[in-house]
Amino acid sequence: MTAAAEVLRAKKVTKRFGGLVAVNAIDFTIPEKSIVSLIGPNGAGKTTFFNIIAGIYDPTDGAIEFRDLTMIAHARRAWMEPVLWVAIPAVLGILTALIGVAGAPQGTVILGIFITILALLASLVTGVARGPAYQRFLARFGIFRSARPNDMVVAGLGRTFQNIRLFQNMTALENVQVGMHSRLRAGWYDALLSTPRNRHEEAFSRARAEELLELVGLRGEGANLAKNLPYGDQRRLEIARALASNPVLLLLDEPTAGMNPNETAGLTALIGRLRRDLGLTILLIEHDMKVVMGISDRVTVLDHGEKIAEGTPEEIRRDPKVIEAYLGAPAE
Amino acid sequence: MTAMTSARPTTGPSSPRARLQAFAHLHRSATIIASMVLITVAMILLPQVPPLSFIQRSDAWYDTFANAGVFILLAMGLNVVVGLAGLLDLGYAAFFAIGSYTYAYSNSPFSHQNLPFLPMLAVGAAVAAVFGIALGAPTLRLRGDYLAIMTLGFGEIVPIMFLNLDKWTEGTNGIGGIFRPEPLPLLGEFTPLSPFAYYILSVMIVTLAMILLYRMQDSRIGRAWNAIREDELAAAANGINTVTTKLLAFAIGATTAGFAGVFNASKLTIVSPEQFLFAVSFSVLAMVILGGMGNIWGVAAGAFVVYLIQIVLLKQLNGIVENLNVPFLTKVNFLDYQYLLFGIALVLMMLFRPEGLFPSQRRRRELHIADELEGPIDEPGVIGSMGETPGADETFNEAAGEDVPGHDR
Amino acid sequence: MTAIASPAAQPNPLSRGIRMTVIAVVAVVAYMLILWVLLFGLGGRTVANAFPEALQQTVNALSIGAIYALIALGYTMVYGIIELINFAHGDIFMLGAFLATVFIAGITGNNDAVTNIPLLIVLLLGALVFTMPIIGLLNVGIERAVYRPLRHAPRLAPLITAVGVSFILQNVALTIAGSGDRKSPQIFPLDWTIPIGGAQVSILSIFIFVLAMLLMLALQAFVSRTRLGRAMRATAQDQEASALMGVDANQTISLTFLIGGVLAAAAGLVWGLRFGFVRFDLGFNSGLKAFTAAVLGGIGNITGAVIGGFIIGFIENGAASLGYSRWSEFLVFVILTLVLLFKPTGILGQLTGDRA
Repeated sequence: MTAAAEVLRAKKVTKRFGGLVAVNAIDFTIPEKSIVSLIGPNGAGKTTFFNIIAGIYDPTDGAIEFRDLTMIAHARRAWMEPVLWVAIPAVLGILTALIGVAGAPQGTVILGIFITILALLASLVTGVARGPAYQRFLARFGIFRSARPNDMVVAGLGRTFQNIRLFQNMTALENVQVGMHSRLRAGWYDALLSTPRNRHEEAFSRARAEELLELVGLRGEGANLAKNLPYGDQRRLEIARALASNPVLLLLDEPTAGMNPNETAGLTALIGRLRRDLGLTILLIEHDMKVVMGISDRVTVLDHGEKIAEGTPEEIRRDPKVIEAYLGAPAE
Repeated sequence: MTAMTSARPTTGPSSPRARLQAFAHLHRSATIIASMVLITVAMILLPQVPPLSFIQRSDAWYDTFANAGVFILLAMGLNVVVGLAGLLDLGYAAFFAIGSYTYAYSNSPFSHQNLPFLPMLAVGAAVAAVFGIALGAPTLRLRGDYLAIMTLGFGEIVPIMFLNLDKWTEGTNGIGGIFRPEPLPLLGEFTPLSPFAYYILSVMIVTLAMILLYRMQDSRIGRAWNAIREDELAAAANGINTVTTKLLAFAIGATTAGFAGVFNASKLTIVSPEQFLFAVSFSVLAMVILGGMGNIWGVAAGAFVVYLIQIVLLKQLNGIVENLNVPFLTKVNFLDYQYLLFGIALVLMMLFRPEGLFPSQRRRRELHIADELEGPIDEPGVIGSMGETPGADETFNEAAGEDVPGHDR
Repeated sequence: MTAIASPAAQPNPLSRGIRMTVIAVVAVVAYMLILWVLLFGLGGRTVANAFPEALQQTVNALSIGAIYALIALGYTMVYGIIELINFAHGDIFMLGAFLATVFIAGITGNNDAVTNIPLLIVLLLGALVFTMPIIGLLNVGIERAVYRPLRHAPRLAPLITAVGVSFILQNVALTIAGSGDRKSPQIFPLDWTIPIGGAQVSILSIFIFVLAMLLMLALQAFVSRTRLGRAMRATAQDQEASALMGVDANQTISLTFLIGGVLAAAAGLVWGLRFGFVRFDLGFNSGLKAFTAAVLGGIGNITGAVIGGFIIGFIENGAASLGYSRWSEFLVFVILTLVLLFKPTGILGQLTGDRA
């Protein structure tokens, strides 16, 4: 794959939990529209790495660039963020107090207080919402906060979990609609007033959710509770939910774990279809070597938090270090 | 693949009850208005006839109902925070207090203001919302427990502030002589002797709040609340900004309390710090839990019942015991035991029937972990059982349990 | 996951202990000097008579801080191990204060100070031996009866239950003792003082401080050196993993509640000696302050809770000495807000779930 654009770049990503190094200085890229697999023995740091990419953990060191933007790195000057929240309203408040002492008319002072309160609210709400513009504003002060999981979704990343984390007591359809959340625009005022936009979006999201359910092979299951679906269907539903945010990159954490060979084959075919039909880039953690070798363009092998090999499935199959890591061959 | 999709009975609108429910879901606002009209008419007629007419005069009943409306509003607002978003707000009375004092400042001899009532409803709610956002924003970025303690502290200091700032609040005496609302079309005059106008106004506010809250619950945001309550990490990983979504729930709760506060102040015509102590927050929490977290109608009913128990039943019990002249019990003031009863009821409900007396289907499913496939069951006590979710395919389900976010190995 | 930190886990416990002692002494002296300045700056005293007052108040602050620290330990340990804000803990303290009052009043029969030193020691020890096990076991019983069945329930359920238990305990006390202050016999003579530089330093305050420090050192030693203490720390770190290693989680959690209750009972006893009254809603206010102390120090962290307790005690005492005692709740709330805004992990806390 020469000069294909890269969806994601990990640069020297390290994660330490206390004294334990879970992920050590991993460099890693995912070319556009490829299927990349991450393999390694249990405890190799695959899921930790995954969670860093998804915005759940801050890395101890290193950075993740997603679609050419640095999204995730260790926080810098995080303590200054709340200082900024308070700074602007505090200045306004002091000004108000000063003009009050200076003998300004009561109306002006009340207006000043009003503006101060509005400024405080605005800065707090902007601060907790943490939109892209706000992140750029922070960058001016040298503050960096990693993207949160929801920011990554907005940026174009979808994921599934190793232990299925569906909203068990919601219907399949609702689960997919939740996945669409970040792509819907109706706000609380739309909901309160039941505006045409709200009604249109609700209808649209239901129709789109039905489509997605059909795509993953769950046609007609929309009204069932997630927890009442068979295990394999729950895995599929999780994929449908992840697709609902129209991701560019899809992270699948052991999608075939616990499936019988039949189900595994069906799911493997589905993953291939997702790339072909939707043009998705897919990062896969997988234990089933048949799946990995069958659909991956590239495979990266982790062991004890280190990247020990990288290449095409053919290369990996023959790599002596990989064989050693898996079979536990005697030390050199 | 088709083998996996086993045939399950689809729940079509077959029975009349199911059809009614489907209709109500589709035409939510109309259904609420129709039901509230029916209930209102019933509650106008019932006090005229025994047994209610024996207890107190019909005007006194209307007064009671109007006051109950305040607590129904409070309970419905707290339900958004506790029942829908799954957060614990222990200082809810503070927002009630802020709404009340806002009205007191706008309509009292103390402040020399006399502003119109209906706009003040909105202003009181907005002021409460401002405090809600200012309190919630820094706290809700942290884990949920901190909100409980923060609101507990806020609920404690707000009355203390109203007490200590006596130059501006008349301290412990409170602000008295608050003007009643000006006469409104259809309702007529608001007088202390004929509380009928208050009653109708309270019904109207409750109806409006109910329609709006149902709309929130059925919207994209209501879905996001459900998702956050079930699994916050998964919700975030699906693009929900959990902080702003929770903040919205918290602010809506505060707003509703502000509404209730304005109405309450205009009816009582006096506000003072001891009306807003922790006991109020606790009562409202008990109403939400007893009614059934997450079910708006259930919570409203719970609030109504609890309020009547507090105000009418326990008082009547005192009267009855006094009349019967039971030697030991006459000394007992049953009202003294109400909070003890609430506390015990709350703990027992959490242990044995966490979904409340009028549960929402969704909460019942969530709180009773091991009851699927059997259909709704009635015996209590399954919440503590360790059962995983028994799906159709039990052998593969060992991974479906809740794992701790932040632990991946 | 929060963890109960222990100096033994640190590389060099002795030098760390010495460093912390030095910091503590410097902080106390600094507090005294600041109070001195404030007293003649704001309080209208002269420079000369402000100093003795500052010294006396500093010792008093140490005793109040010790009480909060003892209560805060119960919050922080329970939170560290099962991540529950045990709202009822403040009321456990309140019951401890009541029980100690009942015990002492029952024996002495009056409210007089006891000047016979051996008799005083016997009485105080008797009160401790009487209240500590009862309150500790009550706390364990509450955990058994209502928290344990809810351990795997959605997070909100045990939290609401804790609020309910708190209300039950409060109202039980209200029903039995009434709503007013009940006099608590101050058997420790208040007029026993040590004169230093014109100040009359209260021996009771010193006694309270020393007693609390002894209890805390005992706890520290227990947690870091005994098998059960290690089991507690392991369970706080990772309940599942420690269960796999053979630690009985139920037993460990019971033990945590027992220790929390015992410490709260001791705090209750010295509260009665110090303030001379008990009331049904004592636990609500003190509990809120103690919880703030735990958050301030870093929730889940034993040393942090002690530090936080003293800081809250100092702030409250400082406000009171300057004549702003009715603002102390407000001040504590402001501190809670500031900590959560700027340093949610507290002074010594580890990273808690800000992001996930």
